[in-house]
Amino acid sequence: MTLVAAIVAVLYGVGVFLLLQRTLTRIIIGLAFLSHGANLMLLVAGGRAGLPPLSDVMDEGSQVADPVPQALALTAIVITFGITVFLLALAYRSYQLTGDDEVEDDLEDRRIVELFGRHEAGDPASSAAASSDDAAGGDRR
Amino acid sequence: MRFLLPATVAIPLVFAALAVVAARSRTAQRVLSLVGVTASLVVAIVVLVLVERDGIASVTLGGWPAPVGISLVADLFASMMLVVGLVTILAVLVYSIGQRGTDDLSAFHPVYLTLTAGIALSFLTGDLFNLFVAFEITLTSSYVLITLGGRRAQVRHGMTYVVVNLLASMLFLTGVGLIYAATGTVNMADLAEKVPELPGGLQTALGLLFLVVFGIKAAIFPLFNWLPDSYPTARVAVTAVFAGLLTKVGVYAVIRTQTLMFPEREPSTLLLVVAGLTMIVGVLGAIAQNDMKRILSFHIVSQIGYMVLGLGLFTVAGLAGAVLFLVHQIPVKTSLFLASGLVEQGAGSTALDRVGGLLRRSPLVAGLFALAALSLAGIPPFSGFVGKLALIDAGFDAGQYTIVAVSLVGSLLTLFSMAKIWNGVFWGQAEHPTELVAHGPARLRSPWVMNGATIALVGVTLAIAVFAGPIYHLCERAAETLIDPSGYISAVMGR
Repeated sequence: MTLVAAIVAVLYGVGVFLLLQRTLTRIIIGLAFLSHGANLMLLVAGGRAGLPPLSDVMDEGSQVADPVPQALALTAIVITFGITVFLLALAYRSYQLTGDDEVEDDLEDRRIVELFGRHEAGDPASSAAASSDDAAGGDRR
Repeated sequence: MRFLLPATVAIPLVFAALAVVAARSRTAQRVLSLVGVTASLVVAIVVLVLVERDGIASVTLGGWPAPVGISLVADLFASMMLVVGLVTILAVLVYSIGQRGTDDLSAFHPVYLTLTAGIALSFLTGDLFNLFVAFEITLTSSYVLITLGGRRAQVRHGMTYVVVNLLASMLFLTGVGLIYAATGTVNMADLAEKVPELPGGLQTALGLLFLVVFGIKAAIFPLFNWLPDSYPTARVAVTAVFAGLLTKVGVYAVIRTQTLMFPEREPSTLLLVVAGLTMIVGVLGAIAQNDMKRILSFHIVSQIGYMVLGLGLFTVAGLAGAVLFLVHQIPVKTSLFLASGLVEQGAGSTALDRVGGLLRRSPLVAGLFALAALSLAGIPPFSGFVGKLALIDAGFDAGQYTIVAVSLVGSLLTLFSMAKIWNGVFWGQAEHPTELVAHGPARLRSPWVMNGATIALVGVTLAIAVFAGPIYHLCERAAETLIDPSGYISAVMGR
């Protein structure tokens, strides 16, 4: 059980690490790792392994595995599979449109960084330039 | 009740399947989704009336008794949210049928109906894992709706939306796993009895985990960054229904889980601080924007703060205020976005310096926007005023003067940014006019179906103001069952 818990921890760690990368494919694989971690954790939550919870196998007092977490994990697996496929399609569409797999910078963040740079350099025209930038940027969205 | 509660969820799902079959005929799809949503709304109204008369209704599906079988529960809070939500969904559906180019892909209507079913299920479910499933149904439909068409901006911002929400879902699943390991149940009524028996530290950890999970979906203060980024890129009808409902489903889940499973019985400093920051940061973000849709998107964040404030006070009056604010906010926010869609349809843009002087060219749109904006800012006698008054009153009663002051400042700033939209869009002249504003016809026209849907929804917000007394009374009764969940527990567990 401790071993499975350790595997869950590793899956979460790898998932979070990949999620913070800048390529869409890695982000998607990261999410897949995270969802596997969560599903495995649902199984750990059910306690020890036991006999299958079927009425003709169970006797009085026999140790039966808890069926609820298995049902939960099954549902969760189906859902995450579906969404992972959707994400892959979205990443492919993004590749078609932009030609690469990188996560784009946020325009607004870029503008704030530039504004800050100009402010540091003591450019008096910075605020006027920034507001006209804003107008164009707002429309592009 | 045995058939009514599941019916509100099942009807839209069945019609979604039929709409898939009817993919070739747009008229058939339109008729199917209108009939589906209307039927679901009628059932929801019947549920509300019955719950109001007979008290909390509960159904367990699959023939198993409560903690094992899947429960659907309708208390006053859930059934009020369901009715208001479905009214808004219906209005947006009519609007999207009137707007050219919104439902030209055959995926739109089935996905929209699935979204309806997901939202209905999230309000009615009495089971934590089923809440996860309901969220996934809602979110998966919303992923499709937000990227429908696959333009570049949509894909880029849709990706942020999907990744953030998927991360939240994984945290939710982790929370469900942990709580099952600790208590051996996922039924919320059962959890309400078993969670208080857990060690204090574990309770805090689980409570915080669920607050973060639902906080991401509700876009409360540190967790809102995905929202203003992704919402304005979708089609107006889609953004409108997301703005009105999706974040509110998150707020609903926060209120439901925190009152049922982690009740503190005293004002929670954490929630109050988060509420204050959400209000102020949201509205400051709105002021910094120069596009109508982006201003409104930041306002979604700001308004969530008021609902969290009501929860944070943790008194009957505070929760009643939060419920009233939720009920008022869903139609108001949606109608503001619908009005911005009318502006976009008429003028070709929603950027403040590219449109201007629409008051003369389209007085109807200006009037609709003004009514909804005044209500959002909380000017008497509109519905926002009633909601805010209830919250401020509750804040005074609880002795939380700082947060009351912060919320008043937030309201003032809201009024300021609404005036900014009004100045930019409806008064004056455009600095860099669009083609339509510069050389278009003297009168801007939008299809009467779109106008009619917006008028109807603004009418709903006015009706909330007119019937504020009885509605507040209902909210107060809903808040009483939230504060004291024993009725909820006994209704679900069949005792």
